[in-house]
Amino acid sequence: MKDTIYRSHVLICTGTGCVSSGSKKIKHELQDQLADKDLLDEIKIVETGCHGFCEKGPIMVVYPEGVFYCQLKEEDVAEIVDEHLLKGRIVERLLFKEPMTEESIPSYQDIDFYKKQHRIALANCGKINPESIEEYIANNGYEAAGQALTSMTPQKIIEEVKNSGLRGRGGGGFPTGLKWQFARDNESDKKYVICNADEGDPGAFMDRSILEGDPHRIIEGMIIAGYAIGADEGYVYVRAEYPLAIERLQKAINDAEELGLLGEDIFGSGFNFKLNIKKGAGAFVCGEETALMASIEGKRGMPNPRPPYPAEKGLWGKPTNINNVETYANIPYIISEGSEVFSSIGTENSKGTKVFALTGKIKNTGLVEVPMGTTLKEVVFDIGGGLTEDKKFKAIQTGGPSGGCIPEGYLDLPIDYDSLIDVGAMMGSGGMVVMDESTCMVDVARFFLSFTQNESCGKCTPCREGTKRMLEILNRICEGEGKEGDIKLLKELGEHISETALCGLGQTAPNPVLSTIKYFRNEYEAHIFDNKCPAGVCQELASAYTINKETCVGCGQCVKVCPVDAITKGDGNYYVIDDEICISCGACEKKCPVDAISQG
Amino acid sequence: MKSLEELRELREKVEKDMQMRKETNKPKIIIGMGTCGIAAGAREILKAVMEEIDKRDLDVEVTQTGCIGMCEKEPLMDVKLPGKDRITYGNLTREDVKRIVVNHVINGNVVDELVIARLAE
Repeated sequence: MKDTIYRSHVLICTGTGCVSSGSKKIKHELQDQLADKDLLDEIKIVETGCHGFCEKGPIMVVYPEGVFYCQLKEEDVAEIVDEHLLKGRIVERLLFKEPMTEESIPSYQDIDFYKKQHRIALANCGKINPESIEEYIANNGYEAAGQALTSMTPQKIIEEVKNSGLRGRGGGGFPTGLKWQFARDNESDKKYVICNADEGDPGAFMDRSILEGDPHRIIEGMIIAGYAIGADEGYVYVRAEYPLAIERLQKAINDAEELGLLGEDIFGSGFNFKLNIKKGAGAFVCGEETALMASIEGKRGMPNPRPPYPAEKGLWGKPTNINNVETYANIPYIISEGSEVFSSIGTENSKGTKVFALTGKIKNTGLVEVPMGTTLKEVVFDIGGGLTEDKKFKAIQTGGPSGGCIPEGYLDLPIDYDSLIDVGAMMGSGGMVVMDESTCMVDVARFFLSFTQNESCGKCTPCREGTKRMLEILNRICEGEGKEGDIKLLKELGEHISETALCGLGQTAPNPVLSTIKYFRNEYEAHIFDNKCPAGVCQELASAYTINKETCVGCGQCVKVCPVDAITKGDGNYYVIDDEICISCGACEKKCPVDAISQG
Repeated sequence: MKSLEELRELREKVEKDMQMRKETNKPKIIIGMGTCGIAAGAREILKAVMEEIDKRDLDVEVTQTGCIGMCEKEPLMDVKLPGKDRITYGNLTREDVKRIVVNHVINGNVVDELVIARLAE
């Protein structure tokens, strides 16, 4: 490490999101520019993990001012170096603009997207260099593990975790302290701790971001868990599709071993702990704990009936504690700040914060961490900045393919484990998809069900056969072949599958269908009885477009974009659409400069 | 890592570099780096400031600013201690920087003969 002090730190996000929007190029360009201007001794470039605001990537934050630049291009770098780093003038045009007010916001902390968040699990993400163990230590890293191992008994730690009220962040919401207690109480010569990083929900990427942005936090959480339950070995099960997460985690493990934070006699406490990475091949079902353990053992990734629970007979038949990435990420905070501080955040039965992957028809997409009890409205409108093109909000889907759709009427719902279940959705791992009026809810249900259907491992009949039959019915409805009785059948099948499937995948697979039937039954009925898709998504049902000849200016732009040549010149200065030929693709409507084209 | 003390020692060593990224209420030195400032040698002043900070192991925030219209008095440098007036010094040399850092930044005594403006808090 260089001893001289830098006058400025330039943080460049090299999380997967920003790398794919070109942050590596930005970094190289910056390096060249600084070398050119002879500034390398004064200004330090730091690669960080994800800031959560991937949509605005590549992201750069310049300290000491804390100025937040976004959506950078290579050619912008010279201007930042010349103006900001050399002359101290903030480059106004590269700042983030608040979507509601169009106002440019220079400082990181003042952007609505960040202002309303409360970051515990993501505290270091985007702020430190994930590949530097020193930066993690400088931010109080490994202090919690040090205190736990040298001055707390395992039982005391478990009490702290119990008192904190922390519940599993992978979706189930089981109290973490209780889980640890079970694993501790089962005596054995060998025990394991496992970190479940088999993140598979479409659109969810919080686990990846934590592993990429702050891998030492997971290692520290696992050391504490290992000590608490009496395990001397751990596995992180992470999907092979996350190469950067694996690379950074491996480096973190190596660095921790080198400093003696992993290995034998850690902190002189006599406690030994070893950590391994197991790469998964990406099957969704391997996020289920028994299937995950089977996969580590080298068997086919299929779930087993519980009990016995992993705490009793887990990996290789030994007592095992298995938690999700985000759960472990909360542990160092609970130990160093105390359970009371942690449990003062959140609602009565859901403590702390939760990270959500906010996506869909919303202005600010990205990773957000908010206290439990924050309302859906705050997340969608205050943090998310509202819907794109200011369309009308229709529903929010939480919990990924196992979750459900929540309609507008529940926007004031405070988010926690129980409130979401009460309305037929679930926390899941924290996916949150916002849908606007142009979304067909039947089609959404079909999309999620086709995902789980594809990922069904086939071991139990309800999931293997039941989801297939449900999907067939949904396909039929979307194609205009729906029959009376279909809705009833879907509900019946869904409820059966929920009750009888072997594992969580099957038990929750019908959720998107059941919740959309509950809240958007009229859309199902419109498909089946009126042969109409109200949102105009299902092509077989969509009605043809027409041109209002009063408004039409005869420019002919619609003719050029029509893929099936359904538009011809009318008798006057206007065009007409042949509804026999029209496939309702909507291309002409988008093109029309005077809004003369509409559906139906 | 054989003890918690060992971790804390290491932390103390690595902590300083991270201070910059935390919101703090520490002394600020602001250097005029407009075209006029740079032409008058502000880069040298900036380097001198960094050397002093490094040498004396100070916890100070250094930023730059653009032209403030007093080009004739460049190089300019402002010192802002928490809760105190912002003092602008002008026509600086490397030697002046040393004096300002020692007298003003460290000991809180404004170097009156170099002051060209005061901005009340």
